[in-house]
Amino acid sequence: MYRYDQYDQALVDARVAEFRDQVARRLANEITEDQFKPLRLMNGLYLQLHAYMLRVAVPYGTLSGTQLRMLAHIARRYDRGYAHFTTRQNIQYNWMKLEETPDLLADLATVEMHAIQTSGNCIRNISSDQFAGAAADELADPRPYAELLRQWSSFHPEFSFLPRKFKIAVIASDTDRAAVQLHDIGLQLVRRDGELGFKVWVGGGMGRTPMIGHVVREFIPARQYLSYCEAILRVYNRFGRRDNIYKARIKILVHELGAEEFIRQVQAEWAEMEPRGLDAPQAEYDRIVAQFAAPDYDRAAPDSLDRSDPDFALWVDQNVHAHKQPGYAIATISLKPVGGIPGDASAAQMDLIADLAERYAHDEIRVTHSQNLVFAHVRKADLYAVWTALNDAGLATPNLDLVTDIIACPGLDYCALANARSIPVAQKIAQRFADLDRQHDIGEIKIKISGCINACGHHHAGHIGILGVDKKGEEAYQLSLGGSGAEDASLAKILGPGFSEAGVVDAVEKVIEAYRAVRSGPRERFLDTYRRLGDAPFKAAVYGAVA
Amino acid sequence: MRLLTGNILETGDVVWWTGHDWSLHLRDAVDVDADGDALLARTLAEERINDPALVAAEPTADGPRPRTMRERVRGAGPTVRLDLNRNPA
Repeated sequence: MYRYDQYDQALVDARVAEFRDQVARRLANEITEDQFKPLRLMNGLYLQLHAYMLRVAVPYGTLSGTQLRMLAHIARRYDRGYAHFTTRQNIQYNWMKLEETPDLLADLATVEMHAIQTSGNCIRNISSDQFAGAAADELADPRPYAELLRQWSSFHPEFSFLPRKFKIAVIASDTDRAAVQLHDIGLQLVRRDGELGFKVWVGGGMGRTPMIGHVVREFIPARQYLSYCEAILRVYNRFGRRDNIYKARIKILVHELGAEEFIRQVQAEWAEMEPRGLDAPQAEYDRIVAQFAAPDYDRAAPDSLDRSDPDFALWVDQNVHAHKQPGYAIATISLKPVGGIPGDASAAQMDLIADLAERYAHDEIRVTHSQNLVFAHVRKADLYAVWTALNDAGLATPNLDLVTDIIACPGLDYCALANARSIPVAQKIAQRFADLDRQHDIGEIKIKISGCINACGHHHAGHIGILGVDKKGEEAYQLSLGGSGAEDASLAKILGPGFSEAGVVDAVEKVIEAYRAVRSGPRERFLDTYRRLGDAPFKAAVYGAVA
Repeated sequence: MRLLTGNILETGDVVWWTGHDWSLHLRDAVDVDADGDALLARTLAEERINDPALVAAEPTADGPRPRTMRERVRGAGPTVRLDLNRNPA
């Protein structure tokens, strides 16, 4: 894992001191809320429905046990004993007090963490593949490249006041576990003629105007990707719309200019600036890469697994993935117990996971954009012990990518922007489909729920997407089908008129039962059936023959 | 009826205007109707309550009931963590 150097630590410590002073001035009424609000947002502190909410960055979703234990401490000391993992691999606390935030941030800084650039019109947390460094199908660990982007984008003076927020994701596999095509910039590590480089997408995103990114470059050598990203940001910063917040994202610029013209402008910018030597020298790449060296694997670790406990075997089949190192596996910890709140974890659960990571998983935990956690490096021989401990803590639900593994934003239960609640809908759907045999029969299906058009719950990318809307002060829900945030990215389409909360749960069940009736066989995924047949059978099931 | 509400600067807690002070409990809120706009302007100027707003409500036997789901959730707390609610609407 990357460890802060003196500059990283000094920057974070200085920011904590600066914010402490800003908070003191606000509490003393020396500055107004209008003056203070942008300052607190730059430190990840929002005001939500019930209290302040703090969003803490988890760079590319990687945590150490020490860091996770600190996050648990913060939940206990400053919050109400729990926290929420987000769809951008971050963590949020819902019950913050402004007057305590400087102390909290000081605690966080002791474990090389912060909340800087988790809000505001700047480059946000760089996200990545939760299986990075472990996946059997990756070219190389993408995180050193994400880390260099983190360093480049942190306090970048030119990009601290962009037209709008900016999100970058980096992967290194053909299997996309980070939704790169739905980011402002998506980077996939590829190899050409023996050289590593990146395929680059620009202009993807969700929100009120969902778009799939355009490929703007099939290959940029890895040694030049940073200057190329800078060229993209410079074009966006210069021409992105600042007159209309709803048209300010880079996706709108790419759409309005046309991909071809946008690429031409980026190319011209890059040709001008690349020779100036903005890319990091090889020694700096090497320094960072060295910090992501593979763990000290047990080369004698047995590759076999005792599957005699049927509950354990079920979990292995659903939540465990192949590792590139023989004798090892990748284990996903479900934060989606049936009836639970997707992505929430208690302080006690975080402490337990930290302990298990230190003991069994080379001291690493990953956060997924699907709001689960991952042990990326576990000896197969240790899997049973890990599962047993997780199971005792309610963390071993064998439902990864099944109908109860639902993404849900905080929605109107917490969020000041939301129009409708998301979590209760997720809970009711999960309870409706609680039977594991039924879940396995349905197979892979990704339900994603957002409480407003901002789409933090990724409903546009759901096989089944649910959007909460406001209907004269009451909640209503739109149903969409056919989205995907994976390598086969697509945007879900609205099926028809909306529903009440109870109605949308019934509608989801009707859609799924229609799928079971018309699929070509048990191996055809819901998404593939939808793509093969279109929405007609689902409309008929939900609305009747005349929809 | 209209209620005056906001969040305390220091803690972020949701509060309701009682006619002479702020309360954490929705049931203590009073109808500010004719005085609402003046009270809102004063609250904004004092800079101690964030996001102050006037919200429409109905009187009930259990106290005021905000008309929108959003304000009812603000008043009662998250519907998914009833253990954390302090003042059910």
